[in-house]
This record gives sequence, C-alpha cells and structure tokens, in this order.
Amino acid sequence: MPPSPKMPATRPQANVMLSRVAHSLYWMSRYIERAENIARLLEVNLQFILDFRGYDDAHLKEHWGSILASSGDGDLFREHYESSDSRSVTEFFAFDLRNPNSILACVFAARENARMVRDQISIEMWETVNELYLFLKARSTTDVWAAGPYEFFQDVKRNSHLFQGLTDSTYSRSEGWEFIQFGKYVERANKTARILDVKYHILLPTARDVGGALDTAQWQAVLRSASALEAYRRFYVQEILPWKVAEFLIFSDSFPRSIHFCVVQIDDFLRRIMGESGPRPRTAAARLSRRLLANIQSLTIDEVLKDGLHEFLGEVGKTLDRISEELVQTTMFYPAESTQEEQQLQQQQSSRVPGSKP
Amino acid sequence: MSLLSNPYDTGEFFDEMYAPGGDVRPHYRRLAERLGTLEVAEFERRRAAVDLAFLRRGVTFTVYNDAEGTERIFPFDLIPRIIPAKEWSRIEAGLIQRITALNLFLRDLYHGQKILKDKVVPAAQILTAKHFRREFMNFSVPRDIYVHICGTDLIRDRDGSYLVLEDNLRCPSGVSYMIENRSAMRRAFPNLFQSYGVRPVEGYSDDLLRALLHIAPSRNDRPSVVLLTPGVYNSAYFEHCFLARQMGIPIVEGRDLVVQDTSVFMRTTAGLLPVDVIYRRIDDDFLDPAVFRADSMLGVPGLVAAYRAGKVALANSIGTGVADDKVIYTYVPKVIKYYLDQDPILPNVNTYLASEITDRKFILENMANLVVKSANEAGGYGMLIGPASTKEEVADFRAKVAANPRNFIAQDPIMLSRSPTWCETGFEGRHIDLRPYVLCGEKTTVTPGGLTRVALRKGSLVVNSSQGGGSKDTWVLEDDK
Repeated sequence: MPPSPKMPATRPQANVMLSRVAHSLYWMSRYIERAENIARLLEVNLQFILDFRGYDDAHLKEHWGSILASSGDGDLFREHYESSDSRSVTEFFAFDLRNPNSILACVFAARENARMVRDQISIEMWETVNELYLFLKARSTTDVWAAGPYEFFQDVKRNSHLFQGLTDSTYSRSEGWEFIQFGKYVERANKTARILDVKYHILLPTARDVGGALDTAQWQAVLRSASALEAYRRFYVQEILPWKVAEFLIFSDSFPRSIHFCVVQIDDFLRRIMGESGPRPRTAAARLSRRLLANIQSLTIDEVLKDGLHEFLGEVGKTLDRISEELVQTTMFYPAESTQEEQQLQQQQSSRVPGSKP
Repeated sequence: MSLLSNPYDTGEFFDEMYAPGGDVRPHYRRLAERLGTLEVAEFERRRAAVDLAFLRRGVTFTVYNDAEGTERIFPFDLIPRIIPAKEWSRIEAGLIQRITALNLFLRDLYHGQKILKDKVVPAAQILTAKHFRREFMNFSVPRDIYVHICGTDLIRDRDGSYLVLEDNLRCPSGVSYMIENRSAMRRAFPNLFQSYGVRPVEGYSDDLLRALLHIAPSRNDRPSVVLLTPGVYNSAYFEHCFLARQMGIPIVEGRDLVVQDTSVFMRTTAGLLPVDVIYRRIDDDFLDPAVFRADSMLGVPGLVAAYRAGKVALANSIGTGVADDKVIYTYVPKVIKYYLDQDPILPNVNTYLASEITDRKFILENMANLVVKSANEAGGYGMLIGPASTKEEVADFRAKVAANPRNFIAQDPIMLSRSPTWCETGFEGRHIDLRPYVLCGEKTTVTPGGLTRVALRKGSLVVNSSQGGGSKDTWVLEDDK
C-alpha cells in the first residue's frame, strides 16, 4: 500500500464517553452476567431434581415454585403456563421471549446493547455476544431436552466467561470499563442474594426436612448455583451448615461472587465513575453504596439471622437497585423516550412512515 | 470435478470474463487458471467459510417489514469483477469530471441560478424537484462543497461501454461492503492477491476522514468529527459502525446531540462537548424537527441554525438531492458542458422525460419496451421493466405516468453486462452493475474499486439487495501487463 499523507489530527476521543454509550455498556454487561446466572441456577436445580427422584409432584411443584418466587417472575409464569414442571420452567427461563429475564431475552438484549456500541467495544467482544445469540437462536427447548441440557447450559456459561475474559484482555481501562464492571457486579450481587433467598423459600414451608440428607443436598445446590461449592469447602473444611453457607455467600471477602466482594467492587467503580476522591461521598449513589458496604462489613451472620435473612437480602436487593438508578440519573440525561415502534420506523427512514411526505 | 468443467454460455450479453468467441479476456486469465485447479468441493468449502465469517462478524443488513427484524448477510459471490488499469483511469476521470460539475451546479442552483437563466436546465424542473431546498438559497456551504461523498451507479451496455445509470448524492451506502468483501476475498484466496496486482481499497476511510476534516470550521485546529446515524434499526447500521470505527470517531444518534446558542454539543458522561463536523447518514427530512419534519425523533432541534451560523459542518450538505433527481439526471451532460466546457467522459443512459410532451407521447406508446422509473425512489422500488412485465402492470404504470408526468422518466432497457457467478451447480452469467465511491475534499479522489452488485436471480436486471441482489469484490489492477 502506498504511504498515506499525514492525517490531520482530530480531537482525542479516548476520554469522551457518550452517556448513551455508557448506558449501553452497563446494560450489555448486566445482561450477560444475568444470562450466565440463570443458566447456572437452572442447571443446578435440574441436576438436583434428577438426584432426588423420590420427589413427588407436590415437592417438584414447590421446588420450582420457590425458584420462580425468588426470581420475581412467578406471576408472569403462571400467566403463560399451567403447571410448573422441569420442562415448562426450562422453557420459561431459557427460551421464552415473553419472559424478559429468560436466557434468550437477556442475550438478545445484551446483543442489542452491544450493537449500539459496536464501534466502542472490541471485535472479539462483539463476535462473542453475536455468536452466543446465533447459538441460542438456532435451538429450542425440545433440542436442549433431547440432547441433555447439561451441554447447553455449559455453552451459555462458557460464552459468558469468554466474554468477560475478552473484555478483560481486549478492552481499554477507561470510563467504559468502569461502567462494564459496575454493571457486572451489581447484577452478580443481586443474583447471589436471590440464590440465597431461594433456600429461604425452600426451607420455610417445610421445616421437617431441616438437617436431613435432602437439606444438605439443597444447601449444596445453593452453593453450586453460585459456583461456590469448592470455595466453601476450601474455606471451612467441614460439613455444609446452613448458617455457614449464608455467611460465606454474604460476607466472604475473597470469593468473587459473595455479596461483600461484589459491593466492594461496586463501591470502587462507582467512586471512579463519579469522580469521588474524598473520604466523604458527595453523590447520592456513592453515599448509598458506602452505607451498604459499611453495613455488610459491620454485621455478623448471627445478627443477620436474628433480624431475618429474607429481610436482609431483600434490603440488599433494593439498595442495589437504588444505587443503579441514582447512577443513571446522574450520568445519563435524556428527554423521555418516544415509542419504540415509531423510532424503529423512522430509523429505517422509510417512506412508509406515517405523516411522511408522499 | 474441476470448477470450470461446465460449459458457460455468454448469451447475447457483454461478458466481463469471456470474449464473444469463448476466450478468457486477458485480465481474467490468471484467475481462470487458478479456478481451473480448484475442485468444486474445495470451492464450496471456501464459500461456506466466507458466509459464516460474515454472519459471525455481523456484516448484515436489516430486512424491513419483518416482525423479528431479521438480519441477513448480503449474498457474496467469490468470483471477482476485474477492471484493467486503462479502463479504470477512464472511469476515474469521468467520475471526477461529473462530481466537479455537479458541485458547481449545486452552488449555482442555490445562488445566482445562472444555468436556469441561460435556459440550459428548465427552471420549472428545479422548482418542482422534491429535494430542492428553497430554505438554503444564498447560503454558502463550507469550502463550496455540497457533495463530499458520492456513489455513482455505472452499468455497461452490450458493447461494454460504461454508462452512468444514476448519481447518489445524498447518503450513498454500501462502501463498507466494498471493504469487507475485499477482506473476505483475501481470506478465501490469499495467494492470488500477491501476484495479481490488485489496488487496495482500504484507503477509503482515511480519505473520508480527510474530506470531513477539510470542511471543519476554522476556529480550532483539532476538530471533533462525529457520524450521525438514525440508529440501530437502520438497514445500514452496520456500515455506520464500521466507518466510525475505521475513522476512530464517535457514532452518535440525534438524542446524543444538543444545540445551544447555535453550537452543537454531544452529551457525554463528563458533560457537553463541542462537535465541529457531522458526517450524517440521516436524510434531510429527519435532520432537524425545527425546520423539516416536525415529528422527526432522529434529528437535532436547532441543527440547521447551527449549520447556517457556520458553527458546524455537514457532509453531505443539505439539498443535494435536487441533483440526483432522476429527471435532473437527464440534464447532467449539459451541466458538464455548461460549467466545464467539456464533453462528458461517461455518457448517460438515453432517457425520456414524461414531463416533455413529445417524450411523454413516446413513453406512453412504447411503455412495454422501456424501463420506467419514478423520479425519487431508490432501492429498485417504483419502477417498471417493460419487456419483463404483464399487460396489466404496463397499463397500471401508464395511468400513473399520465397522472403525474413530472414524477417519471423512461429509459431504453440496457442489457447490463454479465459476469460468471456461482449458481448451485456451476457458473452462469448474471447481470452486474458497479458503484464506485467518490470523495470531495481538498482533492477529489475515487477509491480504486467499488461495490459490484449482482442480480442473482436468473435473467433479472435488478441488483438491489432488497430484491435478491448480491455482491462481488471489485478488483482494479495496478497495470495491464
């Protein structure tokens, strides 16, 4: 190629981040993390049910019911499905686009956000999201069921890990990076809280099983849902005790999916995004995250259990939501959005747009 | 079985690869040799690999009127279209001549209108043109350049001469495919390029950025350039991202921009930052709801005022569509003569105007033998190919033309040249056109190559992607040794 004449300089763009781009990076990251967590939750629980073939229909219904309850999608499920069995729940959580939190819906949303910022992320990141989407689109519950769901969930999780690894190794440490990390940890903390809460739902209605083989298996399932079984064993080197599991998943300062670990990261990335440097936070979002962190760091598991695990986890979830909302409020200022459909039509610049000149 | 073992029929058309006697034309010889050594299965393997790569990379366009918003890859044919150096230098000269005249024409139309006063172009045709923007009379655009980016559609008739089919002076698309097709070919046939002496097309984005920087307001020496897209649902969204990434500039939507005191800013996480040059891929109508369509959600209120105040530059300028109106197209040879005192190097296709009485009579009487087009449609819509249409379709169009003559033109059907194209079982001739890309900045440059579109349906003359068209890589050779 002939040498090109020297290009005049444009203003350096490295530190310019459109609010919309920041927003999309944040959601892209959250949705990928969410898809991975749903895949793991489903996988573990399907496996769990296989291990306990003695489960009668009532148990089965109760089991899936509690998972639906913890995800907050129970009403939506009952709207579209008659009974909660393994197959219908898999369909609902994996492929049903009517469920905005299904794996397919999450990956689709992650890809749409990635598409909006395609010029900003690395080609490798884009290709991974795109391939995951194409992979999911080419499959249905029937296929997954026929082939055994294990491989399928593995693929989803592996792609999420690939994406996060590629983000780590191909994306510049910039403001965009901070939004991506913030989104990931908010989602992860939320999901760990919910996974722990599943057990609360399982436990409460039938106290008779506490301490039995089933109970231990269920707590194991909780740990595996958070990829935490090995880490837990290494840390405690003892049997699986309910309060120890809760303690580990809430307070561990080294396990990367514990609520504490995630909130430390959230607080850190939030301070960087907001430009908080002093010891006393200036913005509402940073104050909230600091308070949450201080709370977690000063409580003991006994205190949490005494005041109610479910209440504690609910409060964590709510605070995380408020932190995200505050961040959005502060860094993204948009007029109210017009209807999606009209936007789409105009973006196509089609002459069929209502009101366009003939 | 080797690839070239099937018989190939050039038919009654100009074939890019084979001379009428069946001999391979000299500039295709080395390609033919290479293809001759390739087994069908191996060729199919490479073809599948290329398709998969396009899908994975998301080199796709969005199909409208499809509930799921399906994205498709633009079908790609592995046989390149090859243009010898000598042929190209004539095309290049013709394109530069044409865009130079068209920019002078636009400047005149929006200022003294000398060409109308001299009655070279009838004033009525301009005043009735849909894209003539009266609001911009006597407004001087930066550096007097109206069209910075142009994609001109060329076709070849039966004897192989190049003709201009239409000028695209608003937001021509497809240039990303020119570059992506090249990288696909490099992957499929890595060794062929080394020996062939194919001129690179990858300089396009540097040239584009240079052309955009050329029109930056002079107030600062490090201008900020952005690409304005309608958004992710636009069929050319991939291209917008591609170009922004290649140039290293932000891609913005209307809602990312805001105008304050006639200056344009983008909303960033660090607050508002100024914008100097906008490469806009949004039509005039949607650009500014305060001036054009009030219901536009894609534009930026106040953008036109900022443009008028000279605070921001737009590429292309507003109102360029008047010069690619298919009626005005008819006058371009006269426009070239008028401003440059030269004969056009690339002739037009012979065109009849329904608005002229004698032409109209001819069109209405001979419609079954003509191609009839409406003046402002694109994408292969709103046209009638007489010889390929039923009596009812012809009658229907006759009524449309009679009702609104200004909106229609007719052309002699051109039997577009053909190129060997892989079709299921072997090579068959398919009709092609060529869209080279011209950039006007400090210098006017034509990227050596372009988008060769191919009508994949047997016998079809419509190459548009929305109507079953595909594309090929376009090779312009360094020299003709």
